Amino acid sequence: MNRIRKAGKKETAKSGNQESRNTNSRIPIFLVSWLTDFLIRFSCVPAFLICFSTSAAGPAVIGSKKFTESYVLGEIAKRTLTDAGIPAEHRQGMGGTIILWQALRGGQIDAYPEYSGTIAQEILKNDRATSLSEIRELLAKSGIGMTEPLGFNNTYALVMRRSEAQRLGVRTISDLQKHPELKMGLTHEFLDRQDGWQPLRERYALPQQNVIGIDHALGYGALANGSIDIKDAYSTDAKIEQNDLVALEDDLQFFPKYEAVFLFRLSMSKDAIAALRRLEGTLNEKRMIRLNAEAERTKNYARGADLYFEHGAAPGNTVGESFPQKLIRWTLRHLQLAGFSLLLSVIFGIPLGIIASRGGPIGQGILGFASVVQTIPSLALLALLVPLPFFGISVRTAITALFLYGLLPIVRNTASGLQDIPRSLRESAIALGLSPITRLWEIYLPMASRSILSGIKTSAVINIGTATLAALIGAGGLGEPILSGLNLNDHVTILEGAIPAALLALVVQWIFDLLDRVLIPKGLRL
Amino acid sequence: MSALVKLVDVTKRYADAAALQPTNLEIERGKTTVLIGPSGCGKSTLLRLIIGLIEPDSGSVTFDGEPIAPDNIEGLRRRIGYVIQEGGLFPHLSARANVLLMARHVGKSRDEMQTKLQELCELTRFSSNLLPRYPAELSGGQRQRVSLMRALMLSPKLLLLDEPLGALDPLVRAALQKDLKEIFGRLGQTALFVTHDLAEANYFGDEIVLMNEGRIVQKGSVADLREKPAGPFVSEFINAQRGLATL
Repeated sequence: MNRIRKAGKKETAKSGNQESRNTNSRIPIFLVSWLTDFLIRFSCVPAFLICFSTSAAGPAVIGSKKFTESYVLGEIAKRTLTDAGIPAEHRQGMGGTIILWQALRGGQIDAYPEYSGTIAQEILKNDRATSLSEIRELLAKSGIGMTEPLGFNNTYALVMRRSEAQRLGVRTISDLQKHPELKMGLTHEFLDRQDGWQPLRERYALPQQNVIGIDHALGYGALANGSIDIKDAYSTDAKIEQNDLVALEDDLQFFPKYEAVFLFRLSMSKDAIAALRRLEGTLNEKRMIRLNAEAERTKNYARGADLYFEHGAAPGNTVGESFPQKLIRWTLRHLQLAGFSLLLSVIFGIPLGIIASRGGPIGQGILGFASVVQTIPSLALLALLVPLPFFGISVRTAITALFLYGLLPIVRNTASGLQDIPRSLRESAIALGLSPITRLWEIYLPMASRSILSGIKTSAVINIGTATLAALIGAGGLGEPILSGLNLNDHVTILEGAIPAALLALVVQWIFDLLDRVLIPKGLRL
Repeated sequence: MSALVKLVDVTKRYADAAALQPTNLEIERGKTTVLIGPSGCGKSTLLRLIIGLIEPDSGSVTFDGEPIAPDNIEGLRRRIGYVIQEGGLFPHLSARANVLLMARHVGKSRDEMQTKLQELCELTRFSSNLLPRYPAELSGGQRQRVSLMRALMLSPKLLLLDEPLGALDPLVRAALQKDLKEIFGRLGQTALFVTHDLAEANYFGDEIVLMNEGRIVQKGSVADLREKPAGPFVSEFINAQRGLATL
């Protein structure tokens, strides 16, 4: 059972981004859970995580996964705590289950919304822990508590056009047995899942042969124009109502329960836990659908949360911020991420390049390492770093990943710049009697400066682009609006992040062109 | 007075072939010794052994009484000037910076450097107005004059010149040959000059060393080589060059 993939699927399909496509697939997630298991079993990670726990002193930190409902629930929790006089902040769209669970255990966040089915299968990996009290008992061993259900069950459902369902007299999934001609358009991960199409088909003995894989968002369009008749959906998906669809009853109770709850650290203050527990039983499916719909309609998930507090409490900080303020906040954080990581890449990349320029097994090894790092999809690199001690959900992790990405162009250009110096000039430097350090510092590096600078420029531009992915682990930057936009399917919000990021890349390029004139010795520019 | 440089039974092999057969050579102080021979005869290898760019496989090289070894090579190089065909000037440094590079490195005073620079400009007939220029802004002949100044900056005991005039056109070459000879004379400079041009060798050389296939074939003046050739290769080499010269 894999909520992260549910959410990841939505995001990738819309972004069309090769890297996020790769990394949202099973492999990195598998690696993450493997790594996590490994670390928990064989090292003193818990001790480390406690050392690096950051939330103890500051405000309560609420996390959320990257899909609308999680955003809305996270915002509701933050507002509930704030209203109870407990300072709280909301780290939005931090990624998927494993990342949030690690962050919760590590103390980087204090609470986040989760679903019972996911907890049992993804987190506890225990299919038999079905009752909520059993789950609660197991979680307590990790120092984590769980609220009672919030009141709705967000599970999978098969949906079809209401008119069609009425015409054919289809009300339950069993009713589909009588209509083998119906065309199924299912999301790719539903087709693959252990609790997806194959076992569902067996359980209900479904006869449909015409089954295609289609993206979740596109599927609604296909359903509306009749290209397909049935698709999979989440039961609280606002689009079910918007598109006048009906969810077929799971009459054989095939789909597991996905009761929404909040997970929280048992070390949170009593008042905070009490405030979270006030949310129990306050959200039935209908109401959650309405909140999701409001968030998607207004392209602002905080509005969905507003609707929950019907007395119309003052909107949260995020809402109150004007666009220029947000833009400045995003851009500064973006520059911080890209700048620090670039600095590290330069500090480590140039010496590594110098060593690599000498060739031999060590030189080959350095270039090989830098190239291999470059081939890891950026999202996967983030996901791999998150479970490690010291890193976790933090700006550190984002900067480290960006630093590793920035290495290759600098290392390679430094090495090739040095290797390209003619032998006669190298020998002249030696024959003059200059010491090795002076030769490097006053002769070789200045002569390679053009190549080195162009490597740094490439790194800088790559870093500006890749830094947008930092938002996935809650590190902020211009990726934040891009992620929200992808999630809300709102192009304007995406552009609010994408355009400044592109402009930033251009400005950086321009600044480096100016730097060329200052840093490359005049004699080399003739 | 003993020889400035002594090579005793020096050999050098590169991966596939012997570059230098067991060789003995002494370079006399205050004289210009010219190494001559066809391409690949080992004359550049010999030069590179003396400046320590390569190490001999066997035998020893002694400079001013000191055997050349890795631990003293840096100090010895500062007592040797080295000029190569393309000048070997560093493109990112101005002519002045190229010339002063080593002097700054060993911590010479400003005044001392300035005085020496003026002296060298006069000696090499290089206009001091051109000193701020970069190598790319200088002609081939001017570059070689700067290269020569750089080599002479620390008043070296030995000047090594590896085909220094090879890439210049004939007029510039003739002018530089004349100036060089005059400079050697004025400074009483010990020089080891590599060329493959017999006329040039004759013009400079107090002693001419003819090499072929990694060994020294004959030493002496051009007249010695012509009148008392040590073998058929010597006659062949002399005649080939003379034939061209008389055209």
